[in-house]
Amino acid sequence: MKVVAKRPESLTDARFHYCPGCTHGIVHRILAECLDELNLREKAIGICPVGCSVLAYDYFNFDTLEAAHGRAPAIATAIKRLLPDRCLVTYQGDGDLASIGMGEIIHASLRAENITVIFINNAIYGMTGGQMAPTTLLGQVTTTSPYGRTVEANGYPAKMAELLAQSEGAAYVCRTAVNTPANVTRTKKALKKAIQMQMKGLGFTMVEVLSTCPTNWGMSPVEAMKWVGDHMIPYYPLGEFKVKEEG
Amino acid sequence: MEERVLMKGNEALAEGAIRAGCRAFFGYPITPSSELAEYMARTMPKIGGVFVQAESELAAINMVYGGASTGARVMTASSGPGLSLKQEGISFIAEGELPCLIVNLSRGGPGLGGIQPSQADYFQATRGGGHGDYRTLVLAPSGVQEMMDLAMEGYDLADRYRTPVLIMAEGTLGQMMEPIILREPVTQFVDKPWATTGCAGRKPNIVNTLHLDPDYLEKRNRHLDAKYKEIKAKEQRAETFMMEDADLVVMAFGIIARIAKRSVMEARKQGIKVGLIRPITLWPFPEKVVAEAAQKVRRFLSIEVSMGQMVEDIRLAVNGMVPVDFYGRIGITPNPEELTREIMRIAEREGY
Repeated sequence: MKVVAKRPESLTDARFHYCPGCTHGIVHRILAECLDELNLREKAIGICPVGCSVLAYDYFNFDTLEAAHGRAPAIATAIKRLLPDRCLVTYQGDGDLASIGMGEIIHASLRAENITVIFINNAIYGMTGGQMAPTTLLGQVTTTSPYGRTVEANGYPAKMAELLAQSEGAAYVCRTAVNTPANVTRTKKALKKAIQMQMKGLGFTMVEVLSTCPTNWGMSPVEAMKWVGDHMIPYYPLGEFKVKEEG
Repeated sequence: MEERVLMKGNEALAEGAIRAGCRAFFGYPITPSSELAEYMARTMPKIGGVFVQAESELAAINMVYGGASTGARVMTASSGPGLSLKQEGISFIAEGELPCLIVNLSRGGPGLGGIQPSQADYFQATRGGGHGDYRTLVLAPSGVQEMMDLAMEGYDLADRYRTPVLIMAEGTLGQMMEPIILREPVTQFVDKPWATTGCAGRKPNIVNTLHLDPDYLEKRNRHLDAKYKEIKAKEQRAETFMMEDADLVVMAFGIIARIAKRSVMEARKQGIKVGLIRPITLWPFPEKVVAEAAQKVRRFLSIEVSMGQMVEDIRLAVNGMVPVDFYGRIGITPNPEELTREIMRIAEREGY
């Protein structure tokens, strides 16, 4: 019998705990497929965040560390400096990367650390139950912006890909989404490119992935996928914001 | 061949760490610890090591977390306010059981306080310092030679117990110069099969501190507690001086112990039977030596550059057997004459 699809070796057989319609599972699989295809599983060291994907270390079948909230880029920095031939991937949510870890991510990019950052932007705090994130859209209702996010009270949503693309140390910065099959394919292509550029030592690489949180958005999985296209992509445009040429 | 050189305390500590195999330093500038980072910045590139000036104390301690997870001997150094910022990371490192060396060239607080030497971070150092139930092994050098020696020994203790080791030295010790012997380390490198280095040829390793299952969380805490009990049983260290017939025992650590030693000798000349116990490990506190002494002596005197912190550990160890007095300054290091006067005042009052 011919195998047409199987679990990537870089994933364990643990069942994801994620809610129906949550896209963490898609992105986990994309990362696992990239590492398998690039033959990097045994060189990979993953840094897991605080957030819904806090248990990612149960799902990834390679060495992982659980980081304090926001500190993954600092941890990855040290490991990569000590073990330069390894593949360092941080997996961070919007509260982790764009709020409490804003300092770490900016400085890791400025230092041109050869690491790959997967930034899951779903515009809300998932694990803690739907509070406002730095990426929450204007007007979006969350438990800590119960009347909708306003500029006066909460300021503007953070465009991290655009911000980090300004960093001289960034080699590759891209924003993708996983709301359609075509976008899932593009996300995988972008992540693979980022990891390959890391392994060539070109500098800091990040793929921001527009993701869903049906539970805390109060939507069905289908509505959530549609919301990404209707509301997130218009504010957070997709595409490559920085591609450093080799040599 | 051991070489005798004149060295500054901060540099001696850095050199000791390097001789013990330290290959990565992550730090953030703060007075009076910065020379340590500067020494590492100069030396690490020459020996194939890693030096990163972190963007913050938080980043620095998390770099230590990452660096230690590879199995390398790594280090950070700071002073009071910086140590406060590092505490979250130290809690993670303790539960992640990652061996590393952390240095506090302590200065006066609270708040920004001052840059004068202080011992007021004693509670922070000896009670864990961050959230949760953990301790760090705390070594307190009293001279430049010990800055080097305890850095070396610190790594062995850290590796043996898979625990962060803190060296707490008053800022004075970092800034002053003394002739020291450049020792060769008696380094005990151990295998670190738990290190996250990539899973080639083995199952994946995970460094994790999240335990949502309450039974497992308790199991982890009991595991740490058992380790701390073993450290308490095996690693208490103290120097004792003129204790044989002492009525009064002076207790002091760090540079203050050296000043107090001179006062003890001076008081002896004046016929007072006084001795000295100098804790070298602040945690574990040398309670055995103190409890034994409490059965023979009439009184303790804790001398600290704080408003009274170690004195609480002395009272716990003495357990009511004899009275414990306290003499403290803050931001100002007492001189030998001042301490001699205090010893003589107590001796006269008590009729020793």
